[in-house]
Amino acid sequence: MSSGGGQSTQQLVDHLFRHEAGKMIAVLTRIFGIHNLELVEDTVQETFLKALQVWKFNAVPDNPGAWLMQVARNRTIDLIRRQHKLADISSELQLRLQSDAENTIHQFFLDTEIADSQLRMIFTCCHPALSPEDQVALTLKTVSGFGIQEIARALVSNDAAIQKRIYRAKEYIRTNHVQFEIPSGVALAQRLEVVYTVLYLLFNEGYSSMKADELIRYDLCEEAMRLCKLLTEHKVGAQPSSFALLALMCFQASRFDSRIGEAGTIILLQDQDRSKWDKDLIALGYHFLNQSSTGNHLSVYHIESAIAAEHCLAPDFASTNWDALLRLYNYLLERKPIPIVQLNRSVILAKTDGVGVAIDTILDIPGIRELLNRHYIYAAVLGDLYAQAGNSAESRRLLEKAYELTPSLAEKKLLQDKLAAIR
Amino acid sequence: MKNFMLIFRGPSPADLNWTPEQGQANMQKWFNWIGELSAKGHYVGGDPLVPEGKIVKGKKPVATDGPFAEGKELLGGYIIVKAESLAAATELAFGFPDFDINGSVEVREVMKIPMHP
Repeated sequence: MSSGGGQSTQQLVDHLFRHEAGKMIAVLTRIFGIHNLELVEDTVQETFLKALQVWKFNAVPDNPGAWLMQVARNRTIDLIRRQHKLADISSELQLRLQSDAENTIHQFFLDTEIADSQLRMIFTCCHPALSPEDQVALTLKTVSGFGIQEIARALVSNDAAIQKRIYRAKEYIRTNHVQFEIPSGVALAQRLEVVYTVLYLLFNEGYSSMKADELIRYDLCEEAMRLCKLLTEHKVGAQPSSFALLALMCFQASRFDSRIGEAGTIILLQDQDRSKWDKDLIALGYHFLNQSSTGNHLSVYHIESAIAAEHCLAPDFASTNWDALLRLYNYLLERKPIPIVQLNRSVILAKTDGVGVAIDTILDIPGIRELLNRHYIYAAVLGDLYAQAGNSAESRRLLEKAYELTPSLAEKKLLQDKLAAIR
Repeated sequence: MKNFMLIFRGPSPADLNWTPEQGQANMQKWFNWIGELSAKGHYVGGDPLVPEGKIVKGKKPVATDGPFAEGKELLGGYIIVKAESLAAATELAFGFPDFDINGSVEVREVMKIPMHP
């Protein structure tokens, strides 16, 4: 009987299992091939079951991550041995092949190789032939160790839909013989862009979605940052843009808690208690922003992180450097000429050039009528600007439209308050 | 103080299909419970049981694979705790972490066999 008297309560590192799941899936996929993802996932599940049984009774090993890896490795060698026994070859050759295979397997379980395998997995999940939704779901499942329900909760979807996305993505990878590799040359640069988009999506899903519950949204942001950091720590991923994206996430995340008041109400940037912004994250943001300023490529993430940094620099809303922000938004608009950037830029324009100019700029956005009828954010921002311009009728009409369009209760509450202020 | 055996039954962990996060959350509940029993001097020791096993029975005994599929009530393991009385030991069993997944605890006093009658 194992005894454990007098020990203090064990505590595992937050999300240890999730993170180790991602590592194990990546390493085992390198060994068994991406077409064997089901076998890989089953093996990882078995490893956790074993840990669950053994550790429960206060017998957690000193290095839980290494323990898990070792169990997974032994199980892998077991499976490979069984495969070899089936081969129709001499026992001498079997032994040779086996010891070669086992040596290689041991190599794959070294820390540097684990990081390499994880990067391969990220690149595979971000295969450009997959739709962005499928990329995001598959990344959360295989790289981040999220379960189907957790992904559904995080992305405000349902289990069946997520299951379908993941199935579709795996099928594509299998039938098209997608390689489990890190692309090189031009393909690498292109693939990195997809990876950034997926990480950015993940982060924003956590940061902006008012629909999902707060806990899982926080997890998503944390996970996007962890993966981005993983990217910057690998020689292939340590690109200026990777650091810029990580900096952007740090700046944004520093405001995570101060954006939400009691009872889940939204606190706008101008009303946030800036002393609540996470100083450590802001410092980290500057650190990564520094590391991003090499080479001569200026990515959208550079510009967006500079914008976020500009907000962090201002001790209060009134002392925000609007001229600097407008310059940055002008750059951003050149690189990313999309309506949402134009909308955000117009908010800055209201400060530098006056509300009238801002309103005209929004009305000039191509397809603005359609956007105002479809997306609450356009109606909300324009309605706000009309209120500032003293046009109550137009303001009320637009804010009511926004109220009707947003699915978020917190947004509705905010719009209600604004409507009440007009009357 | 007497020794009591707390015998755990419940679904096989493999059937629960936990995500890594759920598995970790359950494990943390176990750490908290066993940790508390240890800190208060109740915990003596315990062991988990491997889910697969054999059952031998019959007048002409045969071995079959067990535990069986109706094993929603799988014997999962046991711990020994020190307590003043059956009532006190039962009180400790209320901290068992797996009630929410239909687990149960049987509390039995370990009989001391007297060396001299």
